[in-house]
Amino acid sequence: MKKIKDYLPWIVYFVFFLGIVVVNPGTHYIHLVARVIIFSLYAVAFNLLYGTTGLVSFGHALFYGVGAYITGMLVKATSPEFFLLYILLGAVGAAFVSFFIGLLTLRLTGIYFTMLTLAFAQLVWGLTFKLYHFTGGDDGIQAIAKPALLSGGVTKYYLFSFVVVTICIYILWRIRRSPFGTVLNSIRQNPQRITFLGLNVYKNQLKAFVISAFFAGIAGGLYAGLDGSIHPDMLHWPTSGNAILMATIGGMGTFFGPVVGAGILTGLEEIVGKYTEYWSFYIGLVVLIVVLLFPNGVLGIKRLGGSKNNEEKETEVACNSGN
Amino acid sequence: MDINTFIAQFLSGLSTAMLLFLISSGLTLIFGVVNVLNFAHGSFYLLGTYFAYQLMQLFDNFWVGLLVGAVGAGIVGMIIEFLFLRRIYGRAQEGAFQLLMTFAFILILDDVVKFIWGTEYKTIPKPASLVGSLNIGSVTVPTYNIFIIIVGLLVVLFAWYFLTKTDTGKTVRASSLDRIMLGLLGTNVPMIMTLVFGVATAMGGLAGVLAAPLRTVTPGAGVEFIIDSMIVVVIGGFGNFWGALLGALIIGEVLSFGILWMPELATVLTFIVMIIVLIVKPEGLLAKRAVGRK
Repeated sequence: MKKIKDYLPWIVYFVFFLGIVVVNPGTHYIHLVARVIIFSLYAVAFNLLYGTTGLVSFGHALFYGVGAYITGMLVKATSPEFFLLYILLGAVGAAFVSFFIGLLTLRLTGIYFTMLTLAFAQLVWGLTFKLYHFTGGDDGIQAIAKPALLSGGVTKYYLFSFVVVTICIYILWRIRRSPFGTVLNSIRQNPQRITFLGLNVYKNQLKAFVISAFFAGIAGGLYAGLDGSIHPDMLHWPTSGNAILMATIGGMGTFFGPVVGAGILTGLEEIVGKYTEYWSFYIGLVVLIVVLLFPNGVLGIKRLGGSKNNEEKETEVACNSGN
Repeated sequence: MDINTFIAQFLSGLSTAMLLFLISSGLTLIFGVVNVLNFAHGSFYLLGTYFAYQLMQLFDNFWVGLLVGAVGAGIVGMIIEFLFLRRIYGRAQEGAFQLLMTFAFILILDDVVKFIWGTEYKTIPKPASLVGSLNIGSVTVPTYNIFIIIVGLLVVLFAWYFLTKTDTGKTVRASSLDRIMLGLLGTNVPMIMTLVFGVATAMGGLAGVLAAPLRTVTPGAGVEFIIDSMIVVVIGGFGNFWGALLGALIIGEVLSFGILWMPELATVLTFIVMIIVLIVKPEGLLAKRAVGRK
């Protein structure tokens, strides 16, 4: 039962992100879309945890930043020839860190989980500042070289990012549609019932946490190569907040929502940033409007008109009975 | 370390603790009564500081600034609760939306402050009567720190009296236990929630004015303080007023002595304390029920 409708988002995805190269609006805009696609991976990876499993992590910048720092430091320490390998190593590093943090944080639920993830991320952010000789402190790491194949012109690096991100998003899409993805979705709706069905909620959440961190790490590694520089702000809490913003603005209940959210957030920063330095004021206003009027996000708007499907009803029951 | 350094450092930690307590007790009150984790609390701290700064430019009187800073922050807090936060209570996945909405207010309020007052450093001088230092035995302590400690203790006393001895205080406590039942008994619960939000944000604003002479006044000041106050609330137990006092004392002293022993890692130490508490006793040191655990 594969309908064309199921693949529509993919078609739009390819048309937009490849079309931009064909149209070629100039280096500045290619660079902008490169940021969008990297943030898309970060947001989609985060949404596996947030929209699907129902875990509000406020420390995802940690994994994004760890991916970026490992990639950046490895390139600095050796040569940029194995750039792709270093991105993978960065992601493995992020996954490794997330395993131990997940072990501890997932013992808690709700706001306690959120606060503990925030604490770990802020701890590493603080350490990054203090360990000047190792991480470069508040200077970050500058002049991260790209391999010869990717250097010269941002379009090459954009296409490279596009390929990597697309593969990752495809894997995440398959995960979301696998039986494991269904389990994660059910954990959000009714964790008790999953336990009664004989499945281990904690283990499955931990898997989702590690997978999500792995792909966030890849996004971080890609970002390290884009500008050739990384800084501790990538680990700071607004970066974690951005993941939540992107997923919510786009629609956390949909798979491609975070991609749309990444586009909107980056676009807003760009457009508003041209006219005023107070762009975060306008981002705040947009978030406020989304939270008040479109809680299902941009891709969730169409659902408001129609009747609610069973899934949403169940979610409401599960969430309300818990409190 | 000799005993004099110890006492001086302890008192300095105590004044930090009192500032932290003023902010985090507001946070914890809001969480306990309104059931919102107000990430934007630091912005009210900031608003308090800048309101006071503006008033002192006009009247050159610290005490007027102190009053207006606190009351002004409280009024803005009540408006925000009444117009916006109220609309998302009871929604599915409320936690995420609270986080987003208060995050939006951080972005908005901090930018409004930048827009009106600019990004350059401002200073609020200590009032003339509190400049200088006192000698306690052989220890010299700045008068202003003593003043902060006294204000903190007064707030503790007043809060204790209000929450345990007055009818309004009892209603506030009741609304944190069972909102629906209280509503059925004829209490205007939404109004209580707005008032509590206002009082709590006013305390944040008060802390902002009190801290201003000790720190530089910049638009980023709110965020720095709010993270430490979050830690205080988590350590003490969400929604637990006395927990906020205990947490503030712990974090204040950890910061004070941490800077002495490990100047590099003092800020990181507070996170380590929080992580240890959350792992050992996730509901916080003074919470009675085991909440948030699986």
